[in-house]
Amino acid sequence: MLKIENLHVSVGDKPILKGINLEIKAGEIHAIMGPNGSGKSTLSHVLSGKSGYEITQGSVTYQAKDLTEMAPEIRAREGIFLAFQYPVEIPGVSNIYLLKAALNAIRKHHGQPEVDAMDFLTLVKHKVKLLEMDEKFLYRAVNEGFSGGEKKRNEILQMAILEPKLCILDETDSGLDIDALKVVADGVNSLRSPDRSFVMITHYQRLLDYIKPDFVHVLAHGQIVKSGGPELALELEEKGYSWVEGNQPGVAA
Amino acid sequence: MALESNSRYVAEYPALAPELPGQNLPWLQQLRKVGLSKFSATGFPTPREEEWRYTNVSAIEKKLFAPVLDFVSIQPDLQAIDPSWLKEHQLEESWSVVLVNGHFSAELSVLDDLPDGVKVVSMAAALMALPDWLQPYLGQAVQPGEHGFVAFNSAWFTDGVFIHVPTKQVLAKPIQILNIATQADVLATTRNVVVVDCSTETTLIETFVAATDDAYLSTSVTEVFAGENATLTHYKLQAESDKAFHFGGTYVKQAQYARFTHHNFAFGGLLARCDIHTDLGQASECDLNGLYLGVKRQHLDNHTRINHLKPHAISREMYKGVLDDRARGVFQGRVIVAEDAQKTDSQMNNRNLLLSNDAEADTKPQLEIYADDVKCGHGVTVGQLDEKSIFYLQSRCIDEETARNMLTFAFANEMVDKIKIKSLHDKVLEQVLFRFPQEGVEKEWL
Ligand SMILES: Nc1ncnc2c1ncn2[C@@H]1O[C@H](COP(=O)(O)OP(=O)(O)O)[C@@H](O)[C@H]1O
Ligand SMILES: [Mg+2]
Repeated sequence: MLKIENLHVSVGDKPILKGINLEIKAGEIHAIMGPNGSGKSTLSHVLSGKSGYEITQGSVTYQAKDLTEMAPEIRAREGIFLAFQYPVEIPGVSNIYLLKAALNAIRKHHGQPEVDAMDFLTLVKHKVKLLEMDEKFLYRAVNEGFSGGEKKRNEILQMAILEPKLCILDETDSGLDIDALKVVADGVNSLRSPDRSFVMITHYQRLLDYIKPDFVHVLAHGQIVKSGGPELALELEEKGYSWVEGNQPGVAA
Repeated sequence: MALESNSRYVAEYPALAPELPGQNLPWLQQLRKVGLSKFSATGFPTPREEEWRYTNVSAIEKKLFAPVLDFVSIQPDLQAIDPSWLKEHQLEESWSVVLVNGHFSAELSVLDDLPDGVKVVSMAAALMALPDWLQPYLGQAVQPGEHGFVAFNSAWFTDGVFIHVPTKQVLAKPIQILNIATQADVLATTRNVVVVDCSTETTLIETFVAATDDAYLSTSVTEVFAGENATLTHYKLQAESDKAFHFGGTYVKQAQYARFTHHNFAFGGLLARCDIHTDLGQASECDLNGLYLGVKRQHLDNHTRINHLKPHAISREMYKGVLDDRARGVFQGRVIVAEDAQKTDSQMNNRNLLLSNDAEADTKPQLEIYADDVKCGHGVTVGQLDEKSIFYLQSRCIDEETARNMLTFAFANEMVDKIKIKSLHDKVLEQVLFRFPQEGVEKEWL
């Protein structure tokens, strides 16, 4: 589904990602862990097409297409969804309006007619319930005045409704209390399917207790310094990031 | 050269004066005389005056506009008004006073079933029949010497509306003053006096529209007197023609506990200036809202002045501007807190969105505080659409252009959404979409 090869990314003159290799197959869950500033959000932004990043080397292929050539909205319509680490507040645009506009943009992209208003409402209300949210949130402006936890939940609500192929969750767990974390994890788990993949970016292994990854990668200084199974997350928790940061090839810690 | 049309107006005034209403009223003659002499001396304001520093009205002085003198001569104008067009602008479920080229039209106005004691009368008629009602008010909320436009308006006004809502009256419907310009080069000069007595509730809507695409000069001055504990909600929808020149001033005196809410939608005109000034009595409240949308070469100037004269009054102000192409928006907001006005609570905000590199916003909040126990704040921003927000929407499948339109619309719509009257809300929304048609693609915004 997604293949990242030798990806180098700079902001201005500053190299941030320094040769990432990662392959994600349909149905897999990959966790990317790493200390603050290691480049996790940068990777998620580059995958979703945010401007301001220069790809200096390497390639990203998504469903056999060159992802780097696609506008952000095309990537989104083709099934890439980023749950932001810091969701943006959009005053004056209601949640429900955005959801409908997004869903219809996807449908149009695939040559399908617009969603029926009643079907849409039924779908949305079902998902709202699943995420234990108040229906009132639908009619509020996107993320405006939401608490940190509410914003994260709202990201997952959007994801549940848009049903993407590749879900990238950037520190969705931070700012969530344990109950909210369970609800969000249930929401994510309910979306698991053989043709949907997940990239879970996280700082702590806590989230991975609820969403079990197939692979864990450790990102440090813009490189994947270690990959393994779920047990790697536990080991990391135990030993701390200094353990892997020291592993960084070629650069003294 | 610049003063040419000014001096022409002054030269022609003696011939015009006998045609203006209120000839037999010495106090009014005095007011007109003061206005005339101020205007003769200074003409229209210039950027040398501090409160006009961002607005140059010399384009007005290069043209010569002609007043429509009497009611008979507007008959052809009335005939020319298409009833279905009128219907678009005249609010249903309201009492509506129609002024065409500066003259009251009884035929087009709808004033049936006014509650007992409520007066909604044309200014010309009121000066004949009710001069003693007007004398204590006309020229009292604003002096002719305020600036050249008020001076001009005081001397030249041909008509307008007098509204009086007696004590404890709660009006079930809004009163609309619908100002229509129908001719090129016309001078429409109107003066309104609005007196809302103690514990009344009134909604007033002033609408300015044109049945012509041409240039004309519309100046309208409204003096408002809100009695103790009165509530007045005042909407102004300025949708003059693209080439029009507009000056509109609202000058308010609020007695103690009076509440005044103003919504200023400045959409039309090539050059438009709006003054909203209020004097706050003890524990009174004002809430000033504004939205100016400029496209092409429009120049939209908004000037507010809030005078906290007495203790415990509250003022809130939020003005937003959206400026595209080569348009220029101006916000000058003055808040003056007198020595006596302790416990004043005042907050002023102005936010501007620039959609093109050639658009410009000048914003100047001014706080002058002479009391020591007050809570006053202000904030202004001038900026472009937030790139983070655009990317967020793109990541949610929305293309960049639609994202920009959505965000622009949302920015403006916050002010539209404050309108409590459904029919007016829809009309204002229509005007917003008319001026930014690309945002009209998706009508179902909410
Ligand atoms: N727009 C930017 N301009 C300059 N430096 C940036 C920018 N974005 C990220 N960085 C830098 O890149 C590094 C990685 O940041 P980020 O991807 O946010 O890390 P993480 O998400 O792992 O905490 C940090 O050193 C950060 O300061
Ligand atoms: Mg991050």
